[in-house]
Parts: sequence; structure tokens; C-alpha cells
Amino acid sequence: MPRPEECRFTRDHEWIHTDADGVATVGVTDFAQQELGDIVYVQLGEPGRTVGAGDQIGEIESVKAVAEVYAPVGGEIVEVNEALADSPELVNSEPMEAGWLVRMRPSDPAEIDKLMSWSDYEKFLSEAGD
Amino acid sequence: MATDANRSDLLRSPLDARHRALGARMVPFAGFEMPLQYAGVLEEHRAVRARAGLFDVSHMGEFVVSGPDACRFADHVTPSRLSALDVGRAAYTALTTERGAFVDDILAYRLDEDRYLLVVNAANRAKDLAWLETQREGYDIDLVDESRETALVALQGPRSREILASVVAGFDPRAVRRFRFADGTIAGRPVRAARTGYTGEIGFEIFSAAADAEVVWDALLAAGAEHGAVPAGLAARDTLRLEAALPLYGQDIDETTSVLEADLEFIIDWTKDEFIGRDALLEERDRGVARRRIGFVVDGRGIARPGCAIYDGETQVATVTSGTFAPTLEKAIGMAYLPTSLAEPGRAITIDVRGRRVPAHVVALPFYRRPRSRPR
Repeated sequence: MPRPEECRFTRDHEWIHTDADGVATVGVTDFAQQELGDIVYVQLGEPGRTVGAGDQIGEIESVKAVAEVYAPVGGEIVEVNEALADSPELVNSEPMEAGWLVRMRPSDPAEIDKLMSWSDYEKFLSEAGD
Repeated sequence: MATDANRSDLLRSPLDARHRALGARMVPFAGFEMPLQYAGVLEEHRAVRARAGLFDVSHMGEFVVSGPDACRFADHVTPSRLSALDVGRAAYTALTTERGAFVDDILAYRLDEDRYLLVVNAANRAKDLAWLETQREGYDIDLVDESRETALVALQGPRSREILASVVAGFDPRAVRRFRFADGTIAGRPVRAARTGYTGEIGFEIFSAAADAEVVWDALLAAGAEHGAVPAGLAARDTLRLEAALPLYGQDIDETTSVLEADLEFIIDWTKDEFIGRDALLEERDRGVARRRIGFVVDGRGIARPGCAIYDGETQVATVTSGTFAPTLEKAIGMAYLPTSLAEPGRAITIDVRGRRVPAHVVALPFYRRPRSRPR
């Protein structure tokens, strides 16, 4: 599973990682899951949809709040994490591992590189926290 | 920064340093900065249902009403007959408006023949005090706001009696029955422990001087640790009280909801000749309430949150007043005021959850009732 240094990040706290097969895995960051608190529902829709960058691809609901999840880049959703239907808490416990959300085939893989690197994202978080 | 400036205006509990040391997430609540959660709402909620949790509720307001007319005044401002409450007992009641709605819902403790302690919601403290001031003409009473000098913690859960028994001196908590209170000491500091709470579990609310709060908290937390008790925050307090169908002022009850609509008729003593709102409530009782507080369970996925519109067919009939995920039931639940004709258990409704119509149905309250303990 990806190390943060191998991922790219959005200002909405999604991470995206390009896997060996060219498909990218998407999830939410540890910061995002901490902000939400205990997650009780994850809704991701069906695979096979084509989405644009910034389109809503799902919803994560915690006891206290609900957060929309957006596509970091455009492409086709090829897989959703079925395990989250019964075990939404995986997003809390392993946001970058078993708690991944969807896998997507980017229409333009170069778009991913334009997103924030791990160090950019860390800087973004510390600035947002001030 | 603006946020910091706002936060610095917030009041702090006498246990503020303890919460920070425990790593609590602090949030603004009713003018205070209070702990939302420590380990997490689900873990804290389940600990209270299974073992025990310790809550800081020092934000609550405390008024002492005393003097020759204290009884008569208490009977005037509430629909309950507080003059008939025995010394050493507490009652859930309300400060009512002329229209029979809620200035606040409160707990009243009979401290002495001519002395009551009123515990009021933090957000209503100033309003309640002003209201009581406007009502005291012709009553020989003293009214003192002791909120800032008073700390209040709630030890709630099936193990609460054993935990309190291991640290308290002066009385046996196992002998204190529901809605009674007793005075004693914890670690040498004077406390008053009442068998009351806001979770649907057996539990105690424990008053102390604000200056003694840390000593009392530390003793309870240390004793509780042996029983699996955890510190618990406002988030768990909210899910626990909602499962128990206990109304929250500002959401489920306010100055527009009557005591009868809220289905809290048990606090009214109809044999009293006079109390604020009596005429309006009598008329409403005879006419029949137009709407009533109900509970619902969401049948689909998603949580219906406060403000979500409730539909009967295509007609909006209500809005959700409280709604959350119920950790014990593992379902989304909530409360609302439905027209009386729809307010029957089993009635199907739909709720607009962020643009999606989700099916739900009315259920009898409470959602959760604690398992009856074995007879002793």
C-alpha cells in the first residue's frame, strides 16, 4: 500500500496513488478522517462511471458530519471498495490502506502530477490550521 | 486570527486543563469551550452503555432559590408541584411560558424546606435568570446564580454505582435511588451526588465547588479506570440522550413547542390552581394537540440530521429536530413533531436527506431502554 510520499493530494483532502497497472487508487487522508470522527456510512455508487476532475464520487458520513468525496482527476471509476459497506470504520483506522475508496483509470495521467505532493500537502495543512 | 479571537471569548470549564491533557477535541458549545470527544464518539458511547463514562457538564447553570416563598415560587414558574417534592429528591420539569411552551427544561432539587437548586441549560442561563427575575414580584425569595462557582460531572453507566462507592465517603451510592441525592465527600472535598443523568443509564450527576473539580474528576477517573470507565464528551452525550429520547433544548423543545406537544405531560400537575402557562395548556389538552414529538428510524442508509424535511407522500409535514446515528441500535434515528394524525408507531414517512428521499418510519419512544437489573 502506498506511502504518502508516493501519493498526490487535493485541497479537499483526497489522496491518489498511481498503481503498477496504471489504475489510480483514491482515498481520503488521515487528516480528513480525524476531522470527520467515527465514520458510519460510506456511499460510493457503482463502478463504470466516467467523472470529471472535481465531480462528486461519493459521500462519507460520520456520527457528527457528512463529507462529499470528489474525483482528484477525471477518468473512469473501475472499482469501488465494497468492504466499506459493512466496515466503514476502515476509513478511520486505515485511510491509506484498507480504507481506500475507489480505483479509477485517469483520462490524462499527467493531471495527477499537477496535484500537491506530500510536502506541499503538509504545508497546506499547517497553513490551514493557523 | 478571527477564530482565535472568538475562542478567547469562550468560557472555560474548571476541568479545561484536564480535557486538554487527555487530548480531547474542544469545541465551542453554549458559550463554553467543551470536550466534543476524547477517544471517539462510538467508543465513548459504548463504554457508557456497557460500563461507565465520565462527562464534564460544568457548563450547566445552577441557581439557588430560597426564602419563605421558595415553594410557592417554584410552583408558580414550573408546571410541577415542587412544593410536594421531598427534601433530598429531584424532579425533571420546565420553566414554562404563558403559552405553555419552554423557557427551559430543568432539574429541580429540593435542598431544604425553603431551598431549591435549579439546574438549567448553559445556553439559557442568562435568559432563565432574567425570566425568573421578571416573575418574582410578590414572592419573598432570594435568587442566586452559582453557575461559575459550581462544577458538575456526570458519571453514567451500569458500573457507576460501584465506581462512586469506591471513592465517596458519607453515604452509600447503592442506596441512592433514582431522582434522589445525597451529600458526602470525594478525596476530602464536599460533593452532592444525584441519581440523575442524560444518557438513559443508571448514573450520577456530581456537584462540587469549581475549585475542587480537578480533585473530584481525578478520583472518579482513577476509580473508574478499574471498571473500564472512560472520559466521554458532548458527542457521546448527544447520541446517548437521543437513544433515550431525552429532548435537547434548542432542537427538540423551545419557546414554540408546548409541554403537551413535546409529550412531557408527566411534568404537569393539573391539580395545581396556578402556574405559568396553565390556561394555555388546559385549553390545548381539551382541544387535543395538533402535533406531537415522535421518534423515527431511517430504513435506508444515511443520517437524517436536524433541519431535514419530513414528507407524508409529497407533502412536507415536519422537519427533523434531532437526528443521528444510534450506536446501540446501529441505525439512523431522530425526532420530530408530526401532525397527530401521523404520529403513530409504524407510520411510513420519507425524509429529504441532502436531496435524496429516504424512507423512514415512526417508532415508539424511547429508542433504547436500559436492560432491567436483576432484582436484589
